[in-house]
Amino acid sequence: MIKLQESVIMKIHYGTALGAVVLVAIHILFRMTQNFSESLQFESVIVNYQFLPYAIMLELILVLLSIHGFNGLRVILLELKQGVGYEKAVNYGCIAAIAILVAYGSRTILMAGFGM
Amino acid sequence: MAAITPKLSDELPSTIVSPTSSVTLRISKFNPKTDSSSSIEEFKVPVQKWTTVLDVILSVKQHLDPSIAVRYSCRQASCGSCGMKINGKPALACYTKISELNSSVITVEPMNNFPILRDLAVDFTQFFSTHKKVRPYIIRDDSEISEETKELLQTPKEVEEYLQFSYCIKCGLCNSACPTMATDSSFIGPQALAQAYRYVADNRDAGKKDRLKIIDDSHGIWRCHFAGSCSQVCPKGVDPAMGIQLLRGYLLGFRK
Repeated sequence: MIKLQESVIMKIHYGTALGAVVLVAIHILFRMTQNFSESLQFESVIVNYQFLPYAIMLELILVLLSIHGFNGLRVILLELKQGVGYEKAVNYGCIAAIAILVAYGSRTILMAGFGM
Repeated sequence: MAAITPKLSDELPSTIVSPTSSVTLRISKFNPKTDSSSSIEEFKVPVQKWTTVLDVILSVKQHLDPSIAVRYSCRQASCGSCGMKINGKPALACYTKISELNSSVITVEPMNNFPILRDLAVDFTQFFSTHKKVRPYIIRDDSEISEETKELLQTPKEVEEYLQFSYCIKCGLCNSACPTMATDSSFIGPQALAQAYRYVADNRDAGKKDRLKIIDDSHGIWRCHFAGSCSQVCPKGVDPAMGIQLLRGYLLGFRK
């Protein structure tokens, strides 16, 4: 398995943070086109998922925040305790967690998008 | 005309002799071979306005408790031997005057983030090994001491790039103050990172690539949270926190 250099991981970390801030800001602006309670109604939510560009944006937010969040958690855990086995478990555990969260979130986006 | 010579009795005693006061010195005592936890011993010591914390400790060691373990050497903030926690803050004992502490109780403890050898003396083995790890010397193929002697000239501006970082005396106070070092025992530390920057920023050096590779580790430069405590406690005015941020610039591609 290719071992990423820490500087590459941190570039991804900063990049995902910036990307997420921009996309979440767009998401919030879209929510402001309706009033708050209307925005959370089942029909409104489903319409968002069925509008392809918006669904892609939600998927991107999911990916960016999953990577950023779990890398942040990895860093915190690596600082709390040290050891070869522990560090390996944290690194692979976080990669697995990102994959699981993205898979589960994507499933939700797809199901809502296709009206399943 | 007779010369006016002031009589000794005319002079104010305070201009000659500083009034003596006393402070309570609390010393942390701990021997990892025999003790399970550290204890505090208290001593009442006379001080004058120029008395340093090291003077007080040595006075106690000489007159009251010769068993106190303390490392010191130059007594002028040049050797970096007498680093310790003074009233909770990492500082050099020889460079800290009792009068500037504004307290009649002085507590001295060993530095944080270092294994304790005994009392105030800590183990620098890991500290020096991380210092060596960043290759703290000029790396280049030619040399000033080769047969074809070549002087490596630098402009004042080029020297300024790294000068403050070359003032490091390896006292360990920055590592002691670092919050990351408190939890991450594998962290390379602000001292080694500042030294890495000192040589990376030196235009005579050709080892930048190697050095950046060494610090670009999971317990390397990226674990710094920029708390800035390292720069605050440095007795020589070095700013390791700034050095670390500048080094990050190289790794992120902002600096060449």
